[in-house]
Amino acid sequence: MKKELTCIVCPLGCSLEIEIGEDIIVKGNKCEKGKNYAIEEITNPKRILTTTIKIKNGKYKVVPVKTTAPIPKEYIFPLLEKLSEIEISAPVPIGYKVLENIFQLSIDVITTRPMETKENTRKTKETKKST
Amino acid sequence: MQKEVDIVIIGGGPAGLSASISSAERGKSILILERNEELGGVLNQCIHPGFGLIYFKEELTGPEYAYRFIKEIEKYPNIEVWLETMVVDITNEKEITAINKDGIWKIKTKAIIFSTGCRERTRGNLQIPGTRPAGIYTAGTAQRLVNIEGYLPGEKILILGSGDIGLIMARRLKWEGAEVIGVIEKLPYPGGLTRNLVQCLEDYNIPLYLKHTVVEILGKDRVEGVYIAPVDDYGNPITDNKKFIECDTLLLSAGLIPENDLLENINIPLDPRTQGPYVDQYLSTLKEGIFSCGNSLLVNDLVDYVTLQGILAGKSAVRYINNEINIEKRSHIEIDGNLRLVVPQYLSYPILEDITFYFRVKEPQKSAILTLKDNDKRIKEWRFPVVKPAEMIVIKVKPEFLRYMENPKFSMEG
Ligand SMILES: Cc1cc2nc3c(=O)[nH]c(=O)nc-3n(C[C@H](O)[C@H](O)[C@H](O)COP(=O)(O)OP(=O)(O)OC[C@H]3O[C@@H](n4cnc5c(N)ncnc54)[C@H](O)[C@@H]3O)c2cc1C
Ligand code: SF4
Repeated sequence: MKKELTCIVCPLGCSLEIEIGEDIIVKGNKCEKGKNYAIEEITNPKRILTTTIKIKNGKYKVVPVKTTAPIPKEYIFPLLEKLSEIEISAPVPIGYKVLENIFQLSIDVITTRPMETKENTRKTKETKKST
Repeated sequence: MQKEVDIVIIGGGPAGLSASISSAERGKSILILERNEELGGVLNQCIHPGFGLIYFKEELTGPEYAYRFIKEIEKYPNIEVWLETMVVDITNEKEITAINKDGIWKIKTKAIIFSTGCRERTRGNLQIPGTRPAGIYTAGTAQRLVNIEGYLPGEKILILGSGDIGLIMARRLKWEGAEVIGVIEKLPYPGGLTRNLVQCLEDYNIPLYLKHTVVEILGKDRVEGVYIAPVDDYGNPITDNKKFIECDTLLLSAGLIPENDLLENINIPLDPRTQGPYVDQYLSTLKEGIFSCGNSLLVNDLVDYVTLQGILAGKSAVRYINNEINIEKRSHIEIDGNLRLVVPQYLSYPILEDITFYFRVKEPQKSAILTLKDNDKRIKEWRFPVVKPAEMIVIKVKPEFLRYMENPKFSMEG
């Protein structure tokens, strides 16, 4: 089987041709990184997932989260499904663990910003004003 | 109400944040004026990864990148931040007028750093005929709605323009359960980075229609669909071949325009190629004591460069106040061949430090050679296996190559 891929490891964006037989043969790569990328993309493509989840009593209604490492592509939609059912409560710090060890991958889902409560937002503004 | 500080920074995005730190380190009093309710600029809505690979050598999301700087400025008692404060005017005497809940402020300062970012091209700029129904958003507005406000702008979405924000939003909306019909691009090549084409479109089989455009928008109250048509080699739509596409939302991702109205008010000249001010290697505009960095200087594709420009502008503002910048001569840099723009556009002599130049090309090109010349005398050459309009070219040049040039000129040839 033959497949074509664009290498995204560096801005060169080499067009890679991959032959999948007993071995995986990569052509068109200008460096070793391209070969590794192609093999990984063919055998086990992974992506970092970033999305938002609901948060109660926060400054905003949602808070952004990410997986702490790239996860296999086929887990993306199941994980989105899972996250759509979760709601946490403000305040939370940045890096707060929303889900632990998802799909037994030793990967967590964490918040990517702190989220203060609505009341607290108002208070910090008032103290700012008086200084 | 009155206020006086050494340096005022207009805009608290990544450019303004790094500028404030680099000038505060050098002991000046700094005031950041930000019209939003929080610092971080557009990074707060860019929740995807891909930030910081150059500057932090690790991959962060937009909010994480911003947070590092927001935490850092808390360490400096000499940086003051005013949120929900909009700058409405500046004068040639460097008096700033700003408005916030407390009223109207007149702020006197020794140096001003502009880090106001950019705004998006809207339908008005694009001139698409048809009705004016609801459901037309710029990609950045949609990004804010989904990632900060937490709601979906529509269910059946078509994206016009293949810039990075549009590509990122294609994936984001797909993840949120919307149907993303496709991305339409007028040019024969995509506007965004290869990485985004692969990970945002190809991963989800979202089609990209190159050399196509939207010729008409239909719908009474809400968008009901659009006509798209191929364009000829001159960019004119071939309306005989137009095709109807049903959708309830049209996202416009057709480029960014540096936000420089305030500079224009005091006649600081803007470069029509970058739409930012002309600057020298100090990132000083042609008006002494007024500096520019980040996306209001030129549209950057990586935030890391925005940060580096902020650091330089902050440092230069302090040098200016300390009378450490003495300019004997200034030469204008010309560009030629496949180059579309260069920053800085001026060299101020003497040159004491390495200078980072930023370029964009007009068209994609393989095995390109960038040459620096002075009056047709070849000074230095750089070779690139490929150059693309979507990817900024960044080079650092040592002072010895730039000594007292009469007519410096960069050109990009095959
Ligand atoms: C909508 C949008 C989405 C983007 N998405 C991506 C992306 O997904 N990935 C990516 O790599 N890059 C993205 N970019 C590019 C990104 O803008 C830059 O990487 C970087 O954030 C630019 O930083 P900056 O500080 O120059 O500008 P900004 O982050 O835009 O910050 C400018 C700040 O100035 C403030 N301001 C402006 N005028 C005034 C005034 N008169 N008074 C007071 N405050 C003012 C604004 O409120 C804002 O906070 C996006 C840009 C836009 C416009
Ligand atoms: S193969 Fe090597 S040179 Fe080519 S794009 Fe990938 S990393 Fe870059």
